[in-house]
Amino acid sequence: MHNKTLAELSAGLQAKTWSSVELTQHFLDRIKRLDPNYNSFITVTEDVALAQAKAADARLAAGETHPLCGVPIAHKDIFCTQGVKTTCGSKMLDNFISPYDATVVANFQAAGAVMLGKTNMDEFAMGSSNETSFFGPVKNPWATGCVPGGSSGGSAAAVAARLAPGATATDTGGSIRQPAALCGLTGLKPTYGRVSRWGMIAFASSLDQAGPMTRTAEDAALMLNTMASFDAKDSTNIDREVPDYTASLNDSLAGLTLGVPKEYFGEGLNPGTQAAVEAAIKQYEALGATIKPISLPHSHLAVPAYYVIAPAECSANLSRFDGVRYGHRCENPADLADLYKRSRSEAFGEEVQRRILVGTYCLSAGYYDAYYRKAQKVRRLIKQDFVDAFKEVDLVIGPTSPSPAFAFGAKGADPIAMYLEDIYTIATNLAGLPGMSLPCGLVDGKPVGLQLIGNYFEEARMLNAAHQYQQVTDFHQQAPADIA
Amino acid sequence: MQWETVIGLEVHVQLATKTKIFSGASTAFGAEPNTQACAIDLAMPGTLPVVNEQAYRYATMFGLAIDAEIGKHSFFERKNYFYPDLPKGYQTTQLEAPIVGAGHVDITLADGRTKRVRIHHAHLEEDAGKSLHEGAALGLRHGMSGIDLNRAGTPLIEIVSEPDMRSAEEAVAFAKKLHSIVTSLGICDGDMSQGSMRFDVNISVRPAGEEKLGTRTETKNLNSFRFMEEAIKLEVERQIDLIEDGGQVVQETRLYNGDRKESRSMRSKEEANDYRYFPCPDLLPVVIDDDYIDAIRKSLPELPDARHARFKETYQLSDYDASQLSDDLATAQYFEATVTAAGDAKLAANWIMGELAARLNAADLALANSPVSATQLGGMIARIKDGTISSKQAKEVFEGMWAGEGDADSVIEKRGLKQVSDTGALEAMADEVIAASPKQVENYKNADADKRPKMLGYFVGQIMKASKGQANPTAINEILLKKLDALL
Repeated sequence: MHNKTLAELSAGLQAKTWSSVELTQHFLDRIKRLDPNYNSFITVTEDVALAQAKAADARLAAGETHPLCGVPIAHKDIFCTQGVKTTCGSKMLDNFISPYDATVVANFQAAGAVMLGKTNMDEFAMGSSNETSFFGPVKNPWATGCVPGGSSGGSAAAVAARLAPGATATDTGGSIRQPAALCGLTGLKPTYGRVSRWGMIAFASSLDQAGPMTRTAEDAALMLNTMASFDAKDSTNIDREVPDYTASLNDSLAGLTLGVPKEYFGEGLNPGTQAAVEAAIKQYEALGATIKPISLPHSHLAVPAYYVIAPAECSANLSRFDGVRYGHRCENPADLADLYKRSRSEAFGEEVQRRILVGTYCLSAGYYDAYYRKAQKVRRLIKQDFVDAFKEVDLVIGPTSPSPAFAFGAKGADPIAMYLEDIYTIATNLAGLPGMSLPCGLVDGKPVGLQLIGNYFEEARMLNAAHQYQQVTDFHQQAPADIA
Repeated sequence: MQWETVIGLEVHVQLATKTKIFSGASTAFGAEPNTQACAIDLAMPGTLPVVNEQAYRYATMFGLAIDAEIGKHSFFERKNYFYPDLPKGYQTTQLEAPIVGAGHVDITLADGRTKRVRIHHAHLEEDAGKSLHEGAALGLRHGMSGIDLNRAGTPLIEIVSEPDMRSAEEAVAFAKKLHSIVTSLGICDGDMSQGSMRFDVNISVRPAGEEKLGTRTETKNLNSFRFMEEAIKLEVERQIDLIEDGGQVVQETRLYNGDRKESRSMRSKEEANDYRYFPCPDLLPVVIDDDYIDAIRKSLPELPDARHARFKETYQLSDYDASQLSDDLATAQYFEATVTAAGDAKLAANWIMGELAARLNAADLALANSPVSATQLGGMIARIKDGTISSKQAKEVFEGMWAGEGDADSVIEKRGLKQVSDTGALEAMADEVIAASPKQVENYKNADADKRPKMLGYFVGQIMKASKGQANPTAINEILLKKLDALL
């Protein structure tokens, strides 16, 4: 059962080939047996899952036809779940139990989906390798000596190891697409404002966006149908009708124009990755698409701009973790300043502290103009590059990540090298555009990701292009060798 | 040396919205600690703000009332600092693009002249919570502090004036004018005892004639006009003494203790925070158009200056009386309701500013809590006008109404206060008194004509005594004059 896609499992539920309880129990058993190899879950919610599965079976028996009813999924531990621990991968929230559900979680619940548990992640979503989690690193099911990517590494590993057919994730600078690439999955970051951020613990508010991680584009479309909604509780959420993303999956690609940015094929790109991506572009040509070289001239500024804006926002967003109302509080504080300093020093990891310091510095008097304001101007230029490009092409195509999964510790000593992991993904967050990654090959037995970037709210076109590619390739069907 | 005082104000006005500026929690005052703070006010992880449209509307109303430019593209920023009563670790406020731009307010000085005070801008922001440092009832042990977040997220407008005021009196006049404007607009309840308006006063002194501003201090959180006046005078004196003794004023924040009549330094400029303002990424810029502004402009209620002019015109009041009665909306409304019931503006004005004000003052009561309603007071005045009671009896009727004995007519009835104006009865009384006072009648006859009116007092007094004070004195005067003159 676990080798079936979410769409296939849904069909089986509708046809009563299996029940939700059977399905849920099957995945729970796999998690229990196999997750010690991957550490992809922080919390497994067995009781909640079985209760939800039972309720879903009742709904199915009563004629419920929602394709997600009864389907088990996992949630990144950044989404608040009422009554279930939400840690955000941090010691700070080790024991935090939210009194409410994130809108994304509530949407799945309303559809009848079953929550298997909460997946591991880089602390407060800061990282590209899942090595910053307080709950330990996640191992890549394709090569357990390697990272799964970050920050949604837990969701990626869980889906890749067939511990869940799909999982929610979030992407601030590439945190859905990069782990999807490194774990051979299909991951989609929607347009900023398409999915509600209510109840999703903020890292960098103007960049964060939730999306699905699945094995196929069809599954991603199914999950996005439910995740996307208008939510009055999030002021940055956009009131715009949610199309049925599955409706256009089978459209022909004839007439589609794909832009290939020359800046995405320069220095730093792994030759194997480059070859796989170029082969994928050829495949698209064969499917009827027109390939057009384009330029995104400000690409080289994306990483520096991001590492000003994201830390600036995080320095404020994480101020609420002060040891006063919830979360970790140090023992016997001498005074108020001591309470703040020790609570935060003890509970935040190194990377989180580094970014808070960088952000605080960038916003401080005398540096604001040189860093923050300048970065916002650069952000505008980066966005304009895309706006110009989309006048000529329908989608931008290129690599997701410069190289396949790397070994643990390989980039730990050099934060800049780690930050460059997201060099191809960050620009879309700065511009607020949708992007997705899909598997397009293997290098040294490890997956390579192909990235598609769409115009605003053109998730359907991206999903269509990804699905058509997956109809003629089998990279998305390949599985890690030893997932039993 | 002659010194000139320079004063600028920052005024926090709590907007009278039902819910908070970024959440749906109630803003009602006086609830149990932390019962009116929702997940957003507590800054629970994952929560997000949504702007309260009413707060925006109220701020716009204020901007229009002070003739200011309205920010059509305003946005919120985060002001970052740590404090236990600031749950998010930042205050959401406006810096670069506030909703209200430069405007002005006119105040009347003691000598009757009008002075214009410029407003630099006014911005919307959220209030912080409150730290509680004592209170066994709250379960706080010695040395512990508690946090009440009921107030966290309450919408405020902060009004920042230019340093245009030159004395404590001018500053108080400005503060009172703002109070009058915001209460007239209905955007603030004006209750300073509940912190609905709070004043931060920037004060500096400089040698008279000097252009350069002296070093200023900021005295924070003054919540009454009286404390404000005292605090300013004290601080001006302190600064002048300091300079005259060869010292220098240090730029700092000070706190005034109204009970002890003293101020102390709270923090100096060196300890000042770097607030690291930046646009709040959780809130989109608020874009409003001319139609929105025009609709609000059309719906603005009468403002204090217009009301003042109308009172002078309609009720023929003096400038002083008009301002006494029109500055405060509650007083103005009380006055107009009294006039309607009384049918006499001058008498209504006299009673409100005289007896009623004195009684309220003595009992430390606000007009809103007056035991005598405008309808009751007006009803009483109507009885003076139609001769049912004398002005002297009216005092007793007022007493009865104050004591809760009902409206004027029932007090008159119960206390038997009707004035006797029946000519037949009064004539009989006059005849009796004249007959019983041969000596006084003789004296009257022998007196010079111009002295006679004064001698009438004795006879009037006798009749009032006989009638237990209920005789109509005007009528008695007429009757006595007629009868006594007939004896000449």
